[in-house]
Amino acid sequence: MATPTLEKPAEAGTDHLVTVTFRIRRFNPEVSEEVHWQDFEIAIDPKERVLDALHQIKWHEDGTLTFRRSCAHGICGSDAMRINGKNRLACKTLIKDITAIKGSVATKPILVEPIKGMTVLKDLVVDMEPFFQAYRDVMPFLITSGNEPTRERLQSAEDRERFDDTTKCILCAACTSSCPVFWNDGQYFGPAAIVNAHRFIFDSRDEGGEQRLEVLNDKDGVWRCRTTFNCTDACPRGIEVTKAIQEVKKALITRRF
Amino acid sequence: MSATSSVSATEGIGPDNPAPLVEPPRARSARTPKSTRTNFELYGWIFMRLSGIVLVVLVLGHLLIQLVLDGGVSKVSFAFVAGRWASPFWMAWDLIMLWLAMLHGANGLRTIINDYAQRDGTRFWLKMLLYTATVFTVLLGTLVIFTFDPNIR
Repeated sequence: MATPTLEKPAEAGTDHLVTVTFRIRRFNPEVSEEVHWQDFEIAIDPKERVLDALHQIKWHEDGTLTFRRSCAHGICGSDAMRINGKNRLACKTLIKDITAIKGSVATKPILVEPIKGMTVLKDLVVDMEPFFQAYRDVMPFLITSGNEPTRERLQSAEDRERFDDTTKCILCAACTSSCPVFWNDGQYFGPAAIVNAHRFIFDSRDEGGEQRLEVLNDKDGVWRCRTTFNCTDACPRGIEVTKAIQEVKKALITRRF
Repeated sequence: MSATSSVSATEGIGPDNPAPLVEPPRARSARTPKSTRTNFELYGWIFMRLSGIVLVVLVLGHLLIQLVLDGGVSKVSFAFVAGRWASPFWMAWDLIMLWLAMLHGANGLRTIINDYAQRDGTRFWLKMLLYTATVFTVLLGTLVIFTFDPNIR
């Protein structure tokens, strides 16, 4: 190391490290149109997260590895990826939770892929534009009529509780990119857009519910949902996504009849 | 991009030989069809649930009569059918069952085609085939139920 630092006994504490193979799906359109799998064998504490492993690979093994992450603590929703075939946030997934460790070696490689259903730009980075377009289409902002009140818009605790679950969304796209309907036809709004519509439709302060319901009554709206529960399983925030979609369907039906 | 790019793309990436552009296939562009603003999908969704409930009774009753009661399938003959269709009740039963089953099945297949067909052309022609087959079967079945002649020879 170039910087003089206190010489920590780095060698002393390597017993807890485990050799783990990360099998990462690589794609670089400037090099090849083909994707390929690349193995990285690293020694890492199994209590670390997959994101730490990706950092270790990027910083010490291969600087060309490309992925998104911002806050690295499960809030910004940048690092949703497909880890061992399941959509998760790399920053919330502990290595010990997704691999079996024998001695000090992980028995199976950990597969890391970009989320499905969206165009891969490079390695684990996908084009999120269709996802955010669907989000914008449901008008995710407060719509009211009349004059602006001089005080804040008050709401009872029960009214707030009604849509509490869907306020947790961080727009990571783990749900939408786990949806088999979205995989095949990106015109479907996808679970995330419906969750964020739900957040306003059931907000007592909002008056744009009719417009949002009309948007989601579209042929690519909630009626394409097949209730496979992939989205609920994928959500890193534990939102009951399928339930929210069903509640929007119910609101559409009770509005009509 | 031309076919030459696939293998030799590793070398000589530059201003004259840019990296292949990957168009996002799911962007909402001007060519994206306008939203429908009808309740067709809503009614379709409700129809599937309601017709499903009715069909459970109709189809299970039909199978019971045809295959189990009174000596099973061996009793089914021209005379048996003629005897049943002499009654308006069984004509109505069979007619409702035909229409509900065909529309229920066709709508189910329509959603499966929408979900699984990858290209717009495939989707369109599969649905045209489906609609043609559905209309043909429904009309033929209805025609037979109403014009059935037990004295035909």
